[in-house]
Amino acid sequence: MGVDQPLGENIITTSLDSLVNWARKSSIWPMTFGLACCAIEMMATGAAKHDLDRFGIIFRASPRQADCIIIAGTVTKKMLPVIKTVYEQMPEPKWVVAMGACACSGGVFDTYSVVQGIDEALPVDVYIPGCPPRPEALLYGLMKLQEKIANERNSFGSSIGLGERLEPAA
Amino acid sequence: MASEIMTLNMGPQHPSTHGVLRLVVELDGEVIQKITPHIGYLHRGIEKLSEHRTYHQALPLTDRMDYLAPMHNNLGYVLAVEKLLGIEVPERAETIRVIMAELTRLKSHLVWIACHALDIGAMTVFIYAFREREKIMELYEMVSGARMTSNYFRVGGLSRDLPAGFESAVQEIVDTFPGHFDTYEGLLTKNTIWLQRTIGNGVISAEDAIDFGISGPALRGSGVDFDLRRDLPYSGYEKYDFKVPVGENCDTFDRYKVRLVEMREAVKIIDQAMKRLKPGPVLADAPQVCYPPKESVYNSIEGLIHHFKIASEGFPVPEGEVYQGVENPKGELGYYMVSDGGSKPYRMRVRPPSFVNLGAIEKMAKGSMIADLVAVIGTLDIVLGEIDR
Repeated sequence: MGVDQPLGENIITTSLDSLVNWARKSSIWPMTFGLACCAIEMMATGAAKHDLDRFGIIFRASPRQADCIIIAGTVTKKMLPVIKTVYEQMPEPKWVVAMGACACSGGVFDTYSVVQGIDEALPVDVYIPGCPPRPEALLYGLMKLQEKIANERNSFGSSIGLGERLEPAA
Repeated sequence: MASEIMTLNMGPQHPSTHGVLRLVVELDGEVIQKITPHIGYLHRGIEKLSEHRTYHQALPLTDRMDYLAPMHNNLGYVLAVEKLLGIEVPERAETIRVIMAELTRLKSHLVWIACHALDIGAMTVFIYAFREREKIMELYEMVSGARMTSNYFRVGGLSRDLPAGFESAVQEIVDTFPGHFDTYEGLLTKNTIWLQRTIGNGVISAEDAIDFGISGPALRGSGVDFDLRRDLPYSGYEKYDFKVPVGENCDTFDRYKVRLVEMREAVKIIDQAMKRLKPGPVLADAPQVCYPPKESVYNSIEGLIHHFKIASEGFPVPEGEVYQGVENPKGELGYYMVSDGGSKPYRMRVRPPSFVNLGAIEKMAKGSMIADLVAVIGTLDIVLGEIDR
């Protein structure tokens, strides 16, 4: 984590980026936004047995309060403009999780009405395969997202208007 | 003071529209004057896709229509194809189908009570109902390997027999679930907020309900005593002893009571079915349709070719058309299948209960406050995957 304690036991020093990243990854607030079958598994992940609150992940009903959108289900051509609008309403910084085969690639629905993967329209950070993915898979995907956020650079600088937020080096 | 009609757009992104339903509501102050549902935001072309799949390949698509009750979708489909083929299913397979169908009813109704209560402001019920639902998901996983999209039934029977440990897991559900239902009732049935939000809300008379073609608990909540399991039995439902609950006041509270009794009855049916369960085959003796046993596929060339033929070409279904309705947790789910004699359905038309029930939303919510609309959507228990297909 880059945390040292050279100034005594009660003082820790760290970079502002690490602090901002830590705060962001520990309070991912996804949108309450279900599309299809995967949404039910997303609800199951948030409910009693799997309990997303443990990770600081709390669903928010408004895009204005959210910083993550989980595309949980089939994206149709009719729904795509709505998803884009909702995504644009979310404030920066924001992340996209493609949950399930349909959101990743269209899944079994290779038809006239289905968008073949949400990455045609939004920048996806984490892909979670499965039809639908198990709650464990969603948890793993969200932990991978946390990992990604923890390694971002210039998080503080970008938030006060200095340069861009940089993705972790691959 | 002259009043002006305000148009309010609700959805498709709204936490209580249960998916991607969009309602355009016209309001006079807070009073609903008109509701126009807009659907199609989840149209995936399942009916058209199934025309390009063999009968076995089209089965997994049905899982994804009403994803809260996948086994019922499978059941309606396999019963329709079996009717076309004219094959009989072994008794053990029929009984297991009933067990799984009733577990599915519990599973679907648990999501209904969880979301309905959450929409009206009771958070605890959601947490409890999803805790119980996990038990049924585990059973799904036991029999089929998947938690939701099970694809367990086959034309002619089941994909495999029940695994070890299934009976004790079901017994646990039969023993513990009535107590859980008491908990929900304790949280809701005498809860003042719940009563004020549901009594007198979303009223639809029996005549209107019939005219709109409503089916399932929404119809029975309006006092119409009709249940396909009893009145047009399929899969051996005539052998079971169960009550069909009926409401009196045609409102959201009565539909709530009807569904709760249905859940208790479902547990009783599961209990009876478990007692009827006898050893035997789970696939019909119809080699032209059913896959051969795995021992024969692995150990003999005839078995291998047999398996290969069915997997690659499917099986021909005699020319004809058939309708099969099943009592889905949401209402009458019907499959209308047309065969031209080939190995793919010429046409598969689904009668989705949610779609037909949604048609009555304006009738049920007109004249009430905008806040009550959420309760009406909850009580209709719609699934958009099934409405749009």
